[in-house]
Amino acid sequence: MLGVIRRRVACKGNPALNLEQGIRVIASRAFSSTAKEMTVRDALNSALDEEMSADPKVFLMGEEVGEYQGAYKITKGLLDKYGPERVVDTPITEAGFAGIGVGAAYYGLRPVIEFMTFNFSMQAIDHIINSAAKSNYMSAGQISVPIVFRGPNGAAAGVGAQHSQCYAAWFGACPGLKVLVPYSAEDARGLLKAAIRDPDPVVFLENELLYGESFPVSAEVLDSSFCLPIGKAKIEREGKDVTITTFSKMVGYALQAAEILANEGISAEVINLRSIRPLDRSTINASVRKTNRLVTVEEGFPQHGVGAEICASVVEESFGYLDAPVERISGADVPMPYAANLERLAVPQVDDIVRAVKRACYRSSSLAATA
Amino acid sequence: MACSATAKILQPLSIRSAEKSQSCSKMLSPSSFLGSTPLPKKLFSVNKTISPLARRSATIVAVSSDVVKEKKLKSTQNLLITKEEGLVLYEDMYLGRAFEDMCAQMYYRGKMFGFVHLYNGQEAVSTGFIKLLKKEDCVVSTYRDHVHALSKGVPARQVMSELFGKTTGCCRGQGGSMHMFSKEHNVLGGFAFIGEGIPVATGAAFTSKYKREVFKEDCDEVTLAFFGDGTCNNGQFFECLNMATLWKLPIVFVVENNLWAIGMSHLRSTSDPQIWKKGPAFGMPGVHVDGMDVLKVREVAKEAVSRARRGEGPTLVECETYRFRGHSLADPDELRDPAEKAHYATRDPITALKKYVIENKLASEAELKAIEKKIDEEVEEAVEFADKSPVPERSQLLENVFADPKGFGIGPDGKYRCEDPKFTQGTAQV
Repeated sequence: MLGVIRRRVACKGNPALNLEQGIRVIASRAFSSTAKEMTVRDALNSALDEEMSADPKVFLMGEEVGEYQGAYKITKGLLDKYGPERVVDTPITEAGFAGIGVGAAYYGLRPVIEFMTFNFSMQAIDHIINSAAKSNYMSAGQISVPIVFRGPNGAAAGVGAQHSQCYAAWFGACPGLKVLVPYSAEDARGLLKAAIRDPDPVVFLENELLYGESFPVSAEVLDSSFCLPIGKAKIEREGKDVTITTFSKMVGYALQAAEILANEGISAEVINLRSIRPLDRSTINASVRKTNRLVTVEEGFPQHGVGAEICASVVEESFGYLDAPVERISGADVPMPYAANLERLAVPQVDDIVRAVKRACYRSSSLAATA
Repeated sequence: MACSATAKILQPLSIRSAEKSQSCSKMLSPSSFLGSTPLPKKLFSVNKTISPLARRSATIVAVSSDVVKEKKLKSTQNLLITKEEGLVLYEDMYLGRAFEDMCAQMYYRGKMFGFVHLYNGQEAVSTGFIKLLKKEDCVVSTYRDHVHALSKGVPARQVMSELFGKTTGCCRGQGGSMHMFSKEHNVLGGFAFIGEGIPVATGAAFTSKYKREVFKEDCDEVTLAFFGDGTCNNGQFFECLNMATLWKLPIVFVVENNLWAIGMSHLRSTSDPQIWKKGPAFGMPGVHVDGMDVLKVREVAKEAVSRARRGEGPTLVECETYRFRGHSLADPDELRDPAEKAHYATRDPITALKKYVIENKLASEAELKAIEKKIDEEVEEAVEFADKSPVPERSQLLENVFADPKGFGIGPDGKYRCEDPKFTQGTAQV
């Protein structure tokens, strides 16, 4: 049943956004009557288009980015506009073309390398970590690597274990990389533009199920010089009882959970991390010091995950402010199963978030929390 | 490389083979090698139609220079090098040798630490190729990269300081022996993972081509990728051979086949040990050359580099060479046959060049001795400089992780966000 609700909500865009009354004046511009809506796919496409036209050093490389218009149609129309020298279709050689991108970045260009999914980045992870992330340090600042690795990350629907892993935690552990995780269309546009302009290697983790979702965008977002700062989280919904930190698709789930909780008298603050590395510890800690409770939500595996790092950071810096143990929600500690009902059990759902928040608020009826 | 249809198959690579057996393979006419003048740089027009890539037949070219072996005294017109070139080559090879020997001494005295991989015996390959390059051309190497950096122009004192881990090193002591980077001299590393440098080199070559096609610059920069025989069994090598030929990138893949990958013999690990054959399988010419003879290497290199500069695409050059020392200074080197080592010691490239230069009256013994003395002093001075240099300060630990100082990215005005005085600690919203 929850699956049905989720799909209906997804089609309409996210109604939870309408309730951000407490947020400062700036955001209210987004809800004027002339607010446009944009899908994440269009946001990414427009960001790539604008950055490629602004700087001839930017080029795209990846499997199916050109003639196929992109495996998920993110790069639609770019081959016709910029030609095959700038939108390069590659053979199936992740290690090879990731390395070629790094070499091109060393020598002066600004590549945007697409992985069809980030699961395939494991074939190229040597280049992402060893020749991209570490190079500025090893060369003592002589050689910076202005490269962006982008692609869908995390679980889709029914694609099985080898296509469903979330890589935020793995890449987030590496110094020298910036890791960005957009949620809405505004995040996608702003963060991708920031990533392309950035002089350092950026891992840009999108989400396949979010590509088709529409979000309202203001005129400022549509401006071609719009870009968001890296390393700053966004408070999507203000609250005073509990802090929920999350990223990517789980932001939508957390906002829905916040709605449900509001009806039960719990006011949840939802933080959209936007950036896993650098992690915005100051925002998270400020929020926890205000609400005194923390629930972290992510889709990836639990051990050594993003939530683990956030919990450690909060315990280190705001221990005295915590009124309850930190709650950590993540995907199940198993490779992703195929069967639809098992897959639903392996990924956090809205009611998992609601139950965890209630546990943190000592409102649940039983102490044993089962998925 | 010219495509000759009638290629002769070389004998399978045998360790103890005499030099003569290789010289009997098909040779190109002397005019394409001897005294080759660099071809005029062409402007590449974007509208040039690229014909469908025809599979080239296997081409073997072993350079025809028998001069070193056969002691024929020729008049200077038939010599492969002039006096100046000869002295430059000699100086560069001797610098490589003296530097590496000094590294070994310093390591055993405890001044150098970690992994140190020395290049003794292979100097002909580095000198033969790199001395033909311009400053803008790129070199990408593996962990055995000290001499590549030196040949490309990185000062010996900076390399020595880097090895000592001092802050005056070419990478401020943060890279180490295996990670020599120099933006000024376009040395793009120094990679510890074998095979990692090959795609990076291919990317630098891709940039040259991109500059020609998209920026419409008159760019003929070439990239050289150096790697060993062990790397030729790695997947990334084949991925890059494919893409380099597919996109006709200006790159030369230089295989320093020293027959051993740590303790794994090339013959034990490779189904077909003739590496040059793997080039034609992907549509590029494959060349085998005697890597202990700097003049032969140089002739092949001239052709391969000018081919790349003209836009004709990549070449795979297999240099048969040998490392006189173990894989690294920690390697006891017990698996290699002493007879094999003795055989290759007689083919020392520096002695061979010295003999050539003296016999062809290009320079006197005294001049060569003067060069040796100068280099010895330079290496000594490099050690003193490195010794006296300070170790990095504590604050250097956290520097240079990002090019962007605080990691907040670049704002719409193009400047670093952290430098914007209005950038507050509030969460960023639209």
